[in-house]
Amino acid sequence: MPEVSELQAVRHYTNLSRRNFSIDNQFYPLGSCTMKYNPRGAHRVASLPGFTGRHPLAELPASQGFLACLHELQEVLKAATGMAAVSAAPMAGAQGEFAGIAMIRAYHDARGDTERREIIVPDAAHGTNPASAVMCGYVAREVPVGADGDVDFEALKAAVGEQTAGIMLTNPSTCGVFERRIADIADVVHDAGGLLYYDGANLNAILGTARPGDMGFDVLHVNLHKTFATPHGGGGPGAGPVGANERLAPYLPTPMALREGDAFRWLEPADAPDSIGRLSAFAGNAGILLRALAYARMLGRDGMRRVGEFATLNANYLMERLRQAGVELAYPERRASHEFVITFRQEAKEFGISAMDIAKRLLDHGIHAPTTYFPLLVPECFLIEPTETETKEELDAFVAALTQVLGEVRTDPERVKTAPHNLPSARLDDVKAARDLRLVHGAD
Amino acid sequence: MSETPEELHYAPSHEWARLEEDGTVTVGITDHAQDALGDIVYVELPDEEQQVEAGAEAGVVESVKAASDIYAPVTGVVIAANEVLEDAPERVNEDPYGDGWFFRIQPDDPGELEDLLDAAAYDEMCSEEE
Repeated sequence: MPEVSELQAVRHYTNLSRRNFSIDNQFYPLGSCTMKYNPRGAHRVASLPGFTGRHPLAELPASQGFLACLHELQEVLKAATGMAAVSAAPMAGAQGEFAGIAMIRAYHDARGDTERREIIVPDAAHGTNPASAVMCGYVAREVPVGADGDVDFEALKAAVGEQTAGIMLTNPSTCGVFERRIADIADVVHDAGGLLYYDGANLNAILGTARPGDMGFDVLHVNLHKTFATPHGGGGPGAGPVGANERLAPYLPTPMALREGDAFRWLEPADAPDSIGRLSAFAGNAGILLRALAYARMLGRDGMRRVGEFATLNANYLMERLRQAGVELAYPERRASHEFVITFRQEAKEFGISAMDIAKRLLDHGIHAPTTYFPLLVPECFLIEPTETETKEELDAFVAALTQVLGEVRTDPERVKTAPHNLPSARLDDVKAARDLRLVHGAD
Repeated sequence: MSETPEELHYAPSHEWARLEEDGTVTVGITDHAQDALGDIVYVELPDEEQQVEAGAEAGVVESVKAASDIYAPVTGVVIAANEVLEDAPERVNEDPYGDGWFFRIQPDDPGELEDLLDAAAYDEMCSEEE
C-alpha cells in the first residue's frame, strides 16, 4: 500500500480490532452459541505447515496425515455421540441439519414410504429447524412446549402419525432444560415409523455424560464451532459433522475418510451408492476439523466429561446467584443445563425498560450481551450461557454488573434506555436495516 | 394498555376479525400483538383467490424481534390483501385495526366468527399470559 506507511496500517487495524467485542477481550455469555475459549494450542497444531501447505487435490500418498486426522475425528465424534458413522463434510450447523433431514428423506424414499410429509418441530426450536425441513421438501409441524420447558407430550402424541417423517429436537432444549421424556418421545415417533433428528446446538451440556445415540436419536449434527471450541462469530467458518446410526449410515454425505488397514483413502461413490451426495468441494472446513480434533485430543474422554459438568455447574451457579439477586427465572422449578432463560417482563411493564435496553447497558460494563428475545416463547428474555471456560470471579462480576443495571432501571431508567454510553457507536437503526434491505453492493 | 375494540372477534393467536356489511371478513393483528412484536419490518400476505382454512397459516409477520405466522380466523377465499404493507409494514404498528389490516376473506360460514373470542375474553387471555 503506497498511500500509507506500514506503521499507519498497523495502527489502523490494531485500533479497529480494539473496538471489537470478542471472547479474547470480554465475557461473552451469548446463549445457544457456546462462546467458549478457543485454545491456542489447537490453532497452533492446525497451522503446522504440513497441513496448511497440503494441496486440497494432493494424491493419497501425500495426504495420509490429513486423512488419518479426519478419520480419527470421525471416530471421536462417533464415540462422543453414540452413532455408528460420522461424516465431517457439512461446513456449518445449518448444512448439517440439511444433511440430516435429507438423509431421513432418502431413507423413507428408498423404502417407497413417500407419503410422510411432516417433520415435527417444538415451538421453542431454533428457526433453522423448520427451515431445514422445508428445504428438504417437508412441512414443519409445530408442537407446543409446556410451562416446565418440556415438549407437551400429549400434544406430541396427537401430532405424530403415518404422515410423520421425523422429529427435530435439541436436548437440552432451547429453554435451557433437559427434555426429561426423551425416551418416551423416541418410542412414540419410532412406533409411528418416524425418525429422530438431534440438533447438536446444545451438546456442550451433556458432552462426556450422555449420548444422543443412547437416547434413541437416529441422526444428528455436531457444531464443532460450539462444542469443540473452534472459532466462530462473524459468520464462520463453522463445521457441522453429521452422524447416523446403522439404519441411516448408508445415506451420509461425502467426502468421508475411510481406513483400510494402516492406510487411509477417500470414500468413493462406489463405496456409498446411497449417499445423499457431496456437500463440500474438497474436505469440508479442513482447518476447523483439525482444530476440533486437537481440542478433543487435549481433553481426552475424562476432559470431555469435565466440559459438560463445568458448563452445567457454571450455568447453575450463575442462575442461582441471579435468582438471589431478584432476577426472574423463566423456568424457576428446573435445574439449568448449560444455559438458562431469565425474563425482564416486570421491568418492561413497570418501567418501560426492555431486555434490549438492559443488554445495551451491559455493553458499557464490558460484557457482551447475552442472547436477547430467544427463545421466542419467553417475553423480554435473556438466554445466558457462561460456558465452562469462565471463572467464578468472572461470573460474580456479571452478577454485579447486571444487579447494578437493574438498580439503574429503578433510579435512572433514561440512562438504561439510551445505553450504550462509552462505545464507538450507540444504537444502530436495526429497524431501518431490516426494512430497507440493500444486499448488493453498489446497486442503484 | 393495548386497545381491544368491542365490536371485533379475536383468535387466541392474536388476529382480529371484523364482519363487514358485504359479508366479507377483514383480518389483522391486534394492538397487543403489534406491541409485543415491536417494530414490524416485513409482512407476507396470502394471494388473492387463495383458499384459507380457519386456524391454518395464511401469512407471516416479521419484526426486529421475531417472525410469526398469521393464521386465518375463518375458512374461506382471500378476496383482497393489503398491499400497502409490502412497502410500509410500519402501518401495522401505527394503526393495527385500520390501515394496518392484512387481508379480507369471503367466508364459507360467517358463523365461524362466533367460535372466536370477544374483546373481554381476549383481554383476559392476554393478561393471563403476562
